Amino acid sequence: MTRTLVTGLGVVAPNGLGLAQWWAATVHGVSGIAPVSRFDATGYPAQLAGEVPDFDPAVYLPSRLLPQTDHMTRLALVAADWALADAKVDSTALPEFGMGVVTASSSGGFEFGQRELQNLWSRGSQYVSAYQSFAWFYAVNTGQISIRHGMRGPSGVVVTDQAGGLDAVAQARRLVRKGTQLVVSGGVDGSICPWGWAAQMASGRLSTSEDPSQAFLPFDARAAGHVPGEGGAILVLEDAEAARARGASSAYGEIAGYGATFDPEPDAEWPSGLRRAIDLALADAGIVPDEVDVVFADGAAVGALDRIEAKAIAETFGPRGVPVTVPKTMTGRLYSGGGPLDLAAALLAIRDDIIPPTVHVTPDARYELDLVGAAREAVIRTCLVLARGHGGHNAAMVVRASN
Amino acid sequence: MTDRTVTLDDLRRVLRECAGADEQVDLDGDILDTEFSNLGYDSLAMLETSSRIEQEYGVKLDDDTVISATTPRAFLAVINGA
Repeated sequence: MTRTLVTGLGVVAPNGLGLAQWWAATVHGVSGIAPVSRFDATGYPAQLAGEVPDFDPAVYLPSRLLPQTDHMTRLALVAADWALADAKVDSTALPEFGMGVVTASSSGGFEFGQRELQNLWSRGSQYVSAYQSFAWFYAVNTGQISIRHGMRGPSGVVVTDQAGGLDAVAQARRLVRKGTQLVVSGGVDGSICPWGWAAQMASGRLSTSEDPSQAFLPFDARAAGHVPGEGGAILVLEDAEAARARGASSAYGEIAGYGATFDPEPDAEWPSGLRRAIDLALADAGIVPDEVDVVFADGAAVGALDRIEAKAIAETFGPRGVPVTVPKTMTGRLYSGGGPLDLAAALLAIRDDIIPPTVHVTPDARYELDLVGAAREAVIRTCLVLARGHGGHNAAMVVRASN
Repeated sequence: MTDRTVTLDDLRRVLRECAGADEQVDLDGDILDTEFSNLGYDSLAMLETSSRIEQEYGVKLDDDTVISATTPRAFLAVINGA
């Protein structure tokens, strides 16, 4: 079967705008979690967020796109531009129906939607922007990337909360295997606005800590929810033969395996499907657990969920049997952007033979995890990335060196 | 009737505010008879623009009439004749 390579990466993250800046910060354990600045969060139970710093959309995007895009779509468009430039893809030189776009989304354009809802109730329907018709929509990032780069091949959006970023890349791989030579995929998310905040608080999983170094502590006995963030990563996926044919000189690695499962209802007698998702992903990649060099964990920072994830990892790899890391402790949970950002981290871990750290966490010994607390040099060829979405979505993806 | 006549410069301003400006186009040039599509504006951009003109100038515009006015000259005639 054809191999699906990752030939380009574009990153917009709370601890760095752009791939190089983000990766340097990530390896050095620099966190982007801070008090919310995008709106006045005074009086809300949750006070902290991972916001993408220094992002002026007018610097990167034409003025035609600004009135019609939510903040998170602007971030996605810029990440896609950077990913295609990184892959040295000239989209005008490739067949338009041979290029597709599959992104993930968790909530759509909440900030844009909130503003238009406010216009609706305070001023009347004639004051609602015509662009609200699509600017809020789950599929909007896919659509805008598709239009901007003339990509008219098979496209879509996947909505499975935090698991969605991996599910989207898996769908992109399916399209490559069916003959689409290039698919732009991944996810960029964010709804740091009062409406988005209220929706996220309803999950009951937001940390109420006001200390950025204490607020998001997965696999720690003090775990008490997560900090939300914005951003993510866009990946360029290509059929290996087609990439060679267009003259692509290098790739970050290969999407080698994937598994997805759904959890039973919370009080059911049978277990979470996470372990099965891992097994499926390893089998799909044709590898045994010993071949995995590092696991990028989901890291919910909710006791019951951490326990399930730690158990699935320890059962698969043995107690402390594999290095485990949660770089999202530096960004907060990015929902559909989280999985793709971890894929980017895994691919750069392969490139640089270094495991980025999990910051601020004192691992609970009961979990029996080899949690990487400081950047660790090691030969990395194969990584497992886990992502779990609210409501029971489990996704596991294996990436490995392509050479 | 509009409260006052809407000029080409008024239209340029509203277009920029509602829908931005295509980088390949000189919006300040002689555009009176240039098709909106060639100025980089699609039908949604024109609906947004007409909605803003309705609010600012106290005029009521019919969506179908707006879409059929494909140049600034035709659009201004619709606005100022409404």
